[in-house]
Amino acid sequence: MKLYDVGKIFIGILVFAAIAAFPFYYNIGRVNAKPEPKFDTPAIQEWEKQYGKKECVESKEFMRAEHMQLLNNWRDSVVRQDNRGYLSDTSHKRFNMSLQNGCMNCHSNKKKFCDECHTYMSVTPYCWDCHIPPKEKEENKS
Amino acid sequence: MSMDRRKFLKIAGISSILGLGATAASATHNLWVKGLGPEEVDKNKDALLAKRWAMVVDMSKFKTEDDFKKTIDACHQTHNVPDYRNADGSVDKKFEIKWIWTAPYERAFPGQENKYMSEHIKDMPFIVLCNQCDNPPCVRVCPTKATFKYANGITMQDEHRCIGCRFCMAACPYGARSFNWRDPLGNNPNGTPIIKNENREYPKRGKGVVEKCTFCTERLAVGKLPACVEAAPKGGLLFGDLEDPNSEVRKIVENQYTIRRKSDLGTGPGIYYIVGGSDHA
Repeated sequence: MKLYDVGKIFIGILVFAAIAAFPFYYNIGRVNAKPEPKFDTPAIQEWEKQYGKKECVESKEFMRAEHMQLLNNWRDSVVRQDNRGYLSDTSHKRFNMSLQNGCMNCHSNKKKFCDECHTYMSVTPYCWDCHIPPKEKEENKS
Repeated sequence: MSMDRRKFLKIAGISSILGLGATAASATHNLWVKGLGPEEVDKNKDALLAKRWAMVVDMSKFKTEDDFKKTIDACHQTHNVPDYRNADGSVDKKFEIKWIWTAPYERAFPGQENKYMSEHIKDMPFIVLCNQCDNPPCVRVCPTKATFKYANGITMQDEHRCIGCRFCMAACPYGARSFNWRDPLGNNPNGTPIIKNENREYPKRGKGVVEKCTFCTERLAVGKLPACVEAAPKGGLLFGDLEDPNSEVRKIVENQYTIRRKSDLGTGPGIYYIVGGSDHA
């Protein structure tokens, strides 16, 4: 059997491989650092001083995995039922179910808290289309 | 296996009933779907509660243009209501959004005007807002239940659910609803910001949703009176529980002559007007 146009075929294969592998070599050398959300806002430090530990509405593991579900439930409870008080099952403390006046009071660092993971995971929740994030100082570029 | 027609229909009928039952059961799942739920969800301790929130507008208390402006600005400032202006500074009617505004007598109470009524009343601007109807047409037409009634009489608007179909705007006989044709970002052509000093405790609304007065649901929840009531001249706007026989609004509605906007439409508006009154009648 004779293979016709060997040169063209090989060039074609090479071009295809180069294009298909583009994402791999495009990212070579780029540090794909794991997202590290920060929990060091003044409000959180204040909380730690007062209660001896950092704690959120529910346990850290739960919040990490289910915060979107929790926020959905909060929204439904507040907007649909007009119930805004949340007594936590874990910490037995009372929280105001509110993004702008609850969550972001402690987590006043949206960029290092919300965006850190959301950007990494390439998810764009539409919370901030309407809700107003807390004012943050522009980060010093070092 | 053979099956006669009758038996086949029986089995098909029973299995579809079972199927429907299962769907209904899975649709009514718990609000707190996964994992930890709260011990308790409730209202804040200092929340103001009522069976039927209502308002009395005493027009005799509004004397100067400033009285109206202050009342309206207080609301629009509190709720980040965008202020769209043309290049010459006039209100951009195409985009205008209003929660509380003024309307002349013939617009506020159409059919009530007559040839010889006092010029004063004819020309007076009336404070108008969402009437928080007992039987709101906007709620009836909303295809997504984005607007709905609270048990306390407030007609609430859930912007998360609104799809911007504007049926409610067509249905509302009071023009109390406004549509967001654009995102409220940046400045007007005349240089003023669209949202001045945004209130960071309240969200904005994005393009494609309808908004209106919510009787300051979020303020009642923390024990405050509505923003307009606080800003209005003393006694101009009275707010209270109409079902409470001792409340101020109930006493006024019982003892004085009040009128409501277009009550003949059967919407059961919750805003009562005292027109005329002491000074000019």
